[in-house]
Amino acid sequence: MALGGGGKQVRTSTARWIAVGFLIFGILLAIFDAPQHVVGLFDAVGVPVKHSMFDRIGENFPYRLGLDIQGGTHLVYRADTSAVAAGERDTAMKSLRDVIERRVNLFGVAEPLVQIEKSGDESRLIVELAGVRDIGASIALIGETPYLEFREERPAEEQKAIAEAQGKGERMNEDLLFAPTQLTGRFVKRADVNFEPTTFQPLVTLELTDEGASIFADITKKNIGKRLAIYLDGAPISAPVVNEVIGDGSAQITGNFTPESAREFAGRLNAGALPVPISLISQQSVEASLGKDSLNRSVTAGIIGFLAVAVFMILWFRLPGLIAVLALLLYVAITLAIFKLIPVTLTIAGIAGLILSIGMAVDANILIFERMKEELRDGRDLETAIREGFSRAWPSIRDSNISSILTSLILYWLGTSVVQGFALTLGIGILVSMFSAISVTRTLLLAVMTRRLERVRALFLSGFAGAR
Amino acid sequence: MNIIKHKLFFLGFSGLLTIASITVLVMWGLKPGIDFTGGSFLEAEFSDVRPPTEEIRSAVESLDLGTVILQPTGERGIILRFRHVNEPMHQAIVKALTGLPGNERGIDEKRFDAIGPTIGATLRQRAIGAIVLTIAVIVLYIAWAFRHISKPVASWKYGVVTIVALLHDLAVPVGAFAAFGHFWGTEVDVLFITALLTILGFSVHDTIVVFDRIRENLRKLRKAEPYTETVNRSIRETFVRSVLTSFTVLLVLAIVFFLGGISTRDFTLALIIGITMGTYSSIFVASPLLVLWEDLTKKK
Repeated sequence: MALGGGGKQVRTSTARWIAVGFLIFGILLAIFDAPQHVVGLFDAVGVPVKHSMFDRIGENFPYRLGLDIQGGTHLVYRADTSAVAAGERDTAMKSLRDVIERRVNLFGVAEPLVQIEKSGDESRLIVELAGVRDIGASIALIGETPYLEFREERPAEEQKAIAEAQGKGERMNEDLLFAPTQLTGRFVKRADVNFEPTTFQPLVTLELTDEGASIFADITKKNIGKRLAIYLDGAPISAPVVNEVIGDGSAQITGNFTPESAREFAGRLNAGALPVPISLISQQSVEASLGKDSLNRSVTAGIIGFLAVAVFMILWFRLPGLIAVLALLLYVAITLAIFKLIPVTLTIAGIAGLILSIGMAVDANILIFERMKEELRDGRDLETAIREGFSRAWPSIRDSNISSILTSLILYWLGTSVVQGFALTLGIGILVSMFSAISVTRTLLLAVMTRRLERVRALFLSGFAGAR
Repeated sequence: MNIIKHKLFFLGFSGLLTIASITVLVMWGLKPGIDFTGGSFLEAEFSDVRPPTEEIRSAVESLDLGTVILQPTGERGIILRFRHVNEPMHQAIVKALTGLPGNERGIDEKRFDAIGPTIGATLRQRAIGAIVLTIAVIVLYIAWAFRHISKPVASWKYGVVTIVALLHDLAVPVGAFAAFGHFWGTEVDVLFITALLTILGFSVHDTIVVFDRIRENLRKLRKAEPYTETVNRSIRETFVRSVLTSFTVLLVLAIVFFLGGISTRDFTLALIIGITMGTYSSIFVASPLLVLWEDLTKKK
């Protein structure tokens, strides 16, 4: 039975249209996946294209790279929630996360990640900072509690008493000039950086909470004409003279600020104090150049791996092999696009998973093609052999892939970020490969089939004759 | 080609290999990496020339780091492994290394990990949990997928045989890494567990393809044929596919092994060993075991 029959002719031509669709889809995906490279290709061939359009795709849809590739720091903190009532722990952890997130944002890291992790009874906080070089400084900034306080001048006799006591070596820890007040950084609602209109000296303005405002009003009322000192982490930063009662809860601090130090100070005040104490239990950091080197190596390995599989498939299966390679190209393009869209954080292990999935993706094709050859040897005509090959191979493709998908789900659950990266890429790879190896290959195979081709059975019946 | 006829030979070989692997494992044990035990790892590159190992050792000696393992890498690099330290201690170590003679521009710190012991404990539990869970899920899945086959061999037996093949596939890489750890100090980290689980998935995947053919051949069987013959024919029919698939996978793995970075080298090696075993066992272990089991039951 040849391909002449009316009904089948339609099916072949439909397959051709779909095949053209796949081709266009593939080109669009390639542009989406690697706009810069596609532009380079267009330039090399001499096709005029608007570069800005491709640049925009690259900017709006970048790959999200893991810390082991772009360099950065991964920190795990243990939060001590023992002082917090059991029912309020979740809320405390959430506000802890918010405070740390605000502090981390001060680094100007592109996409800082701060997440809560529960491990048995222990609450942990994971902080990932991409591209941060100075780990010591970032750890210090995350962990410390900026402590702002307002102190009022001591009465003269008290100053004298302390001075005398200190002369005898007593009361050494007390401040000679100033006494603490109730007002601390806890009552700061908002801090901003401003500039003195005449001297352009940077200053930090504070907006206090309602409670803070009334305390501040009391203090200023008591201390008109005296100095009010502002201490940060136990050290005085300025001591302005109070001129009038301030009742609206606004205060300003003029220290010896540079614009940067003023911004940092305001930022830290805004970030607030930590609701629960934390301690660093694990840190991992990778320098960017090391990550870049690993990435280059992985990409090279991936390309060579792809080429090796492609050469093998074409040598072994000839025409169907070539089609499987086209399907494999589409597979890689779809997978990369999904990585960009979700987005999946690409780690070195994740890329290894993707490369491994290239080797595994052709498994479905191998199953189908070997089946097709069996059918051809049994004397079926080409089209029947193709259709039978696909339908007979399906149950084992399905069953074997389900077991691999189950494995990747469990791996994902095992869950450190390295493993999750691998599990996710492997899982996505398996799902996409089922589509590309089955639907795409079948469509392409039916599309290229002609009556003339059928006579050249050597194009299909290749490889060793099988172990029969 | 009659694999079933020589099943005792293949099964014996695999049995010996498994016993050897388990012996090595019990004797030497696996060397857990810092992600399981807690500890620190520091990789740095000296600006000009790497000082002699002894000088590096004495530079950090006063810092009370416990046992420090030094490992030179590349031309100017060094890897230090020691107990879990906090950030000030980390800075002190970097300072001590920077102060070594012959390196005016100091050192370039490439990687630093300090993992607390509690993190390691969590990970250990989860890794074991994941392996047990995977095995359980796969037995259930296979028993379900092959539920319609009850003659001549019950469907749950396919599940059990798959697990036996699985354990064989896992035992060999685990034994190999116990030996590597003993001779070269190779450590197993969380990526090794990932490799084991991947091997698990692949091994089952491979075994299922053969079993699926047995299932199909049993279904379409018109004339009576001994079970042994059906199994043997199924192995033969899927043999090329099994070898080809493993070949493509091993091909890419070998490329990643040689061209990929050091960070994934042990991981790929574990996969290469496991996947080779997985292919071997799906052909030479799983199906022969099915037949052997059937033979033994019939004799009773």
